[in-house]
Amino acid sequence: MDKQNLQLDAEGNLRHFLTIEGLKRAMLVDLLDTAESFAEVTEREVKKVPLLRGKTIVNLFFESSTRTRTTFELAAKRLSADVVNINVPASAASKGETLLDTLRNLEAMHCDMFVIRHPDSGAAHFIARHAAPHVSIINAGDGRHAHPTQAMLDMFTIRRHKKTFQQLIVAIVGDVLHSRVARSQIHALSTLGVQEIRAIAPRTLLPVEAASALGVHVYHDMREGLRDVDVVIMLRLQYERMQGGMLPSEHEYYRLYGLTEDKLRYARDDVMVMHPGPINRGVEIDSAVADGPRSVILQQVSHGTAVRMAVMSRAMQRSQAVVREPS
Amino acid sequence: MSGRISIVGGRLIDPANGIDGLSDIHIAEGQVVSVGPVPDGFTPDRTIAADGMIVCPGLVDLRAKLREPGQEHKGTIASETRAAAAGGITTLCCPPDTSPVVDTPAVARMIQDRASSAGYARVVPLGALTQGLDGQRLSEMAALLEAGCCGVSNGRRPMASLQVMRRALEYAASFDMTVFIHPEVYELANGGCAHEGAVASRLGLPGIPTAAETVAVAGLLELIALVGVRAHFCLISTARGAQLIARARHDGLQVTADVSAHHLHLSELDVLDFDDRCHLHPPLRTLRDRDGLRQWLAQDGIDVICSDHQPHEGDAKLAPFPSTAAGLSGLETLLPLSLRLVDAGVLSLSGMISRLTDRPARILGVEAGRLEPGMPADVCIFDPEATWTVDARSMLSKGHYTPFMGWEMKGQVAYTLLSGRVVHERGS
Repeated sequence: MDKQNLQLDAEGNLRHFLTIEGLKRAMLVDLLDTAESFAEVTEREVKKVPLLRGKTIVNLFFESSTRTRTTFELAAKRLSADVVNINVPASAASKGETLLDTLRNLEAMHCDMFVIRHPDSGAAHFIARHAAPHVSIINAGDGRHAHPTQAMLDMFTIRRHKKTFQQLIVAIVGDVLHSRVARSQIHALSTLGVQEIRAIAPRTLLPVEAASALGVHVYHDMREGLRDVDVVIMLRLQYERMQGGMLPSEHEYYRLYGLTEDKLRYARDDVMVMHPGPINRGVEIDSAVADGPRSVILQQVSHGTAVRMAVMSRAMQRSQAVVREPS
Repeated sequence: MSGRISIVGGRLIDPANGIDGLSDIHIAEGQVVSVGPVPDGFTPDRTIAADGMIVCPGLVDLRAKLREPGQEHKGTIASETRAAAAGGITTLCCPPDTSPVVDTPAVARMIQDRASSAGYARVVPLGALTQGLDGQRLSEMAALLEAGCCGVSNGRRPMASLQVMRRALEYAASFDMTVFIHPEVYELANGGCAHEGAVASRLGLPGIPTAAETVAVAGLLELIALVGVRAHFCLISTARGAQLIARARHDGLQVTADVSAHHLHLSELDVLDFDDRCHLHPPLRTLRDRDGLRQWLAQDGIDVICSDHQPHEGDAKLAPFPSTAAGLSGLETLLPLSLRLVDAGVLSLSGMISRLTDRPARILGVEAGRLEPGMPADVCIFDPEATWTVDARSMLSKGHYTPFMGWEMKGQVAYTLLSGRVVHERGS
C-alpha cells in the first residue's frame, strides 16, 4: 500500500475524491469555479451537458440518504451519464456479501464511477485502493471521517455570499466528534485560508486534541464562540447521543447550544447560517433562525448538484485519459 | 533424530549464565552436555560452523496465537510453530482464547500434543482464568496447572467485576500460578480501533484512550498487592502504564510486563491513510509512548519483548479499517526487530537476548532460555549482519499481514535447534 496521495494520478489530477485533506488550494478553487459554470447549466431550460455521455455511475449507499443521493443522481444525469442507485442495507450486505465482492460485481458490469457512502471511516479509501484502474471513487460520506462533496458545496455557498475566504471567522457548532461533515469542512476552510475556525460544543462532542489535530479554536460557551463570527455552521444532533451519556438532555443542549436569534446577535450582522441537513428544529436550531433571512440552508441544497457535477466531471476527465484495459 | 552436535566458532551469548564470548557448545541426546571444551570421548555426528554468528538460547515468545483449535483457516499449530522455528523461537506461550477455550485439561493437553507431534517448537498454553472466559465462573485452575498450563489469563475478555477478579487472583495464588493480565478497561476502550489521539481525531476512527490501559494497570496493581499474587502484564502500550508498573516493582510488588516488538517501532502515525496492517490491539500509540516503552524496557520496567503473533487469512483485512481484524504475523520478525533496538542503542546485544530468552522463560516457569549442561538443547544461531526483506512469499506463517512488509531486516536465523534437533536451517 502506498502512502502517496491516493486521490491523485501521477500528473497530480484528481482521480478519486475521498477527502479534502491533502488537496491543494488551487484544486479546490478550480472545483468551485467549475461548479459556478455548472450552476448556470442547472438554471437553464435544458439542464444537460453531454460531458459524461456513455458513462455509467453507480450510487452505492450503505447508509440511507435522501438529499445526498438525489443530488448525486441529478448531477450525474445532468452530465448525461447513466445512473444506477444501489441501496445496500436492503440487499447484499444482509446476505453476507463483502464490500469488496459488491465492488467486484459492479466493476464486472463495466461501471466507470462509484459514489459510495458507508458507515465505516476509511471505506472510500479502501474501495479506491482495490478498484480497477479506470474506476473513479467519490466519497459520499464514510463513517466519521469525511464527506468532501458536502464540504465543497458549503464552500461554494460561502464564496457566493462572502466572495472571498480570507478574513472570515467560521464557527462550527455541535457534534464535531461524530461528524464527517465537520472534518471535511475544517480541512476545506483551512485550505482555502479563512482567518479562524472555531468549534463550539461540550467536551463530550469534541474529538480529543481537537485544537491541534484539526486546527480549530475550541469554545464551550456558545455566546463567546459566536462573537464576531461571519459564518455559523450548525451540525445535526443525533438522538443516540443522549442514550450514550454524552449529553444530559435535549432541553439542556438546546438551551446551551441551540441556535436562536438571541445567541445569533453575538455574531456579525451579515452572518450566514448554514446546516448540512437534515435539521432538527428545536434541538439544534430554532425555526425562526432556520427559516430566517440569514439562513442559506436551502441554497446549500440547491448548490449540491452543481458542485457534485464539478467533482464528477473533474474525476472523470482524468479517467477518460487513461487507456482502458480490455476486460 | 537428535544426534550429537557440536556448534563451533560462534559467539555464545547466554545472559542467564553471564556468558558472552567465543565458545563452542556440545549437544547429545537432546541436551547441552558441555559449553566450551569438548567432553572426553565426544564425537559429534554433525558439526555446525557458526563463525561470524551468534549462538544463543532458543527464543521464548510470551504471546503467540496459533489459532488451533478453532480457527485453522488463519493458522495451525504446525504452520505457526514452523514459522516460529524460522524466527529462532523454540518456546511459545499461547493465550487461552481458542475455540474451545483452554478451560479444560483436555484442550490444554491437545495443544501440547499437537505441538510435539509437529515438532518445531515447545508450546505452553495459558489456561483460562474463568470458564469459557466468561469473566464470572472460576476455571479449574489446579487441573489446568497439572495439564501443563504455565499460568492463567482471561485474555482480552473483561471480568464481570473487580470482586470476581479478586477471587480469581486469590485462587490462582493458592496454587502459585502466575496470572497473565491484559490491562484494559473494557468500557473505556468502548469498541475503539485506534489510539485516541490526533490521528484518530483526524481520521474519524473510534479511539481507545490511554486511560483504558492505565486505569486498569493502576487498579489491578492495588488488587495484586492486596492478594499477593504473582502477576504478569501483557502488551503494555503506553509509557504511563509502564511507569506505573515500574514504580510498583520498585515498591516490591511481584509483577512483570512485556511489550510487543511492533509497539517499540511503530506509532499512531503509521495508521494514517487507514493502513489496516497497523490495526492492532492494543493500538499503536504516540511517538512519545513508543520512546517511553523503549526507555522502560532499557530500565527494566518492562521485562520482555514478545511477538504478539496473530495470523489472519487474507479476507480478514479486506474491509474498511474499523471492520478489519486486529493483529499481525510477528514470529518471523521478532528477532530482527529486537536487533534494531540494539542498533538504536536502547539495549545491549546481551540485554536484548535476555529479554527474549531467560526472562520470558522465568516468567513462564519453564526449563528454557539458558544453555548449560543438562538443559534441553534449544538453540538459536543467527547471522547478525545478514540482511533480508520481509515478503509474503518467504513468510512461513499462514498469515501474511504485517506492517513490516517490504522492510529490510538485519539479522537472520541460520539454525534453530529444538532439544538438539535442527528444526530450521536457513535456505532450506
